[in-house]
Amino acid sequence: MSDHWIFAYASLLLRGLGTTLSLLLVSAVLGFALALLVALARMSRNLFVAKASLAFTSVIRGTPLLVQIYTCYYGLGSLFATYPPIRSSFLWPYLRDGYWYIVLALVLSVGAYVGEVVRGGLKAVPRGELEAAAAFGMHRRLVLYRVWLPRAIRLLLPTLAGETVLLLKSTALASTIAVVDLLGAANVVRAQTFQVYQPLLLVAAIYVCLTFIIEGCFNLLERATPVRRESVAPRSRAGWVFWRRKAKV
Amino acid sequence: MQSYLDLVGFGAQGWGPALLRGLLVTLQISFGAFLVGMLIGLGAASAKLNGPRPLAAAARGYTTLCRAVPELLLILLLYYVGSMGLNQLFAWLGYGDVKLNGTMVAIAVLGLVQGAYASEIFRGAIQAIPYGQIEAARAYGMHGFGLFRRVTLPIMAPNALAGMANLWVNLIKDSALISVVGTNELLYTAKQAAGSTRHYLTFYLTAAALYYLLTVLSNLFSGWLERRFRRWIPAV
Repeated sequence: MSDHWIFAYASLLLRGLGTTLSLLLVSAVLGFALALLVALARMSRNLFVAKASLAFTSVIRGTPLLVQIYTCYYGLGSLFATYPPIRSSFLWPYLRDGYWYIVLALVLSVGAYVGEVVRGGLKAVPRGELEAAAAFGMHRRLVLYRVWLPRAIRLLLPTLAGETVLLLKSTALASTIAVVDLLGAANVVRAQTFQVYQPLLLVAAIYVCLTFIIEGCFNLLERATPVRRESVAPRSRAGWVFWRRKAKV
Repeated sequence: MQSYLDLVGFGAQGWGPALLRGLLVTLQISFGAFLVGMLIGLGAASAKLNGPRPLAAAARGYTTLCRAVPELLLILLLYYVGSMGLNQLFAWLGYGDVKLNGTMVAIAVLGLVQGAYASEIFRGAIQAIPYGQIEAARAYGMHGFGLFRRVTLPIMAPNALAGMANLWVNLIKDSALISVVGTNELLYTAKQAAGSTRHYLTFYLTAAALYYLLTVLSNLFSGWLERRFRRWIPAV
């Protein structure tokens, strides 16, 4: 009767999966926007802005995510609760729920970690391409939107895939502040059915599947974006040799 | 409103001593898990590089699994399965229920997780060794563990240093996850303090500051160590 609880709790587990995916999507999009700002601020000529960005990155990367989540949820949450105007406002139902605190913590963390990655990508774009864009009369913002960012993001796609998997793993921390994500759903099942580890195993398998799906999506994205020809040709030839060698064995 | 120093200081009402004890436990757990992870990582890396095929496949599977599943989930899983298994083992041996030492379990669990990451770092570092060095050692008649200890390990250590330093900082941060299963390390102590005094922000920010101190000091130390290691290595 081992599969009995799976059917009984299927809807709960599916809702948990939905929560995990929505956490992943929302914090990935908002976090990437913050990461762009952090990276541009790091490279800013204004020394104060650059130092502030460096301090933000260092602090977020130097403290455990769980501590940040507790600080947001319990710390900010208890701070908000002491002000009656906030308690009676229309925002209160949202401020009471753990979901938006975990989103806040994840967005900050993605901003810091991916910000460093994006900075590396922006630096890796050849100077000459930016100069060429400027020679065509594009002003700085247009160069950023049309040449600099697209090139950097294309260079960074493999790294961003890894960061997205890390973010997926971080969303599991939502269960520590009573948000019923995938792991939270497994914990509910465990508490109600007295199964010690079987729900955890099931959820672990789902996380592994999600990881492979994320990597597959990024692979598709990588193949969908055009790259310069001379960098494609040798790779395809190497693939052919590899295939030949395999076929012989 | 109590002042900050009363809450976090070392007075009669202060949580200072408890927090410092928590910091010590965090360091103990991180250090123990680092050693365990290093041993597991070395074993898994050599299994991947030149072990028999099933062993290499098992090592690769272990790495993939540990890197795809959230650490928190792994910790819960290993903690419950491990303590259940050990209790069954002791019951079977006739000792009855044994209360497991939380720190030991934490070290074992985190060590297992870190071993997966360490094995990838070691694999890369070993593969970066020029193969002629190994061949030369073979020509001198070295083999097996002697070759590993005298040639492979010293040449690969500087290559692995940066990655391992990164892993150590990650380990300090991951050790906070152990508080979920109730070992009295830094975050768990902070949680208790925050719960009993209702000054949540104060205590979580203090814990964050202590963690930040640890990671900053670690980064300074690893930077110094790396400069020292690379003293005589010609820049490529």
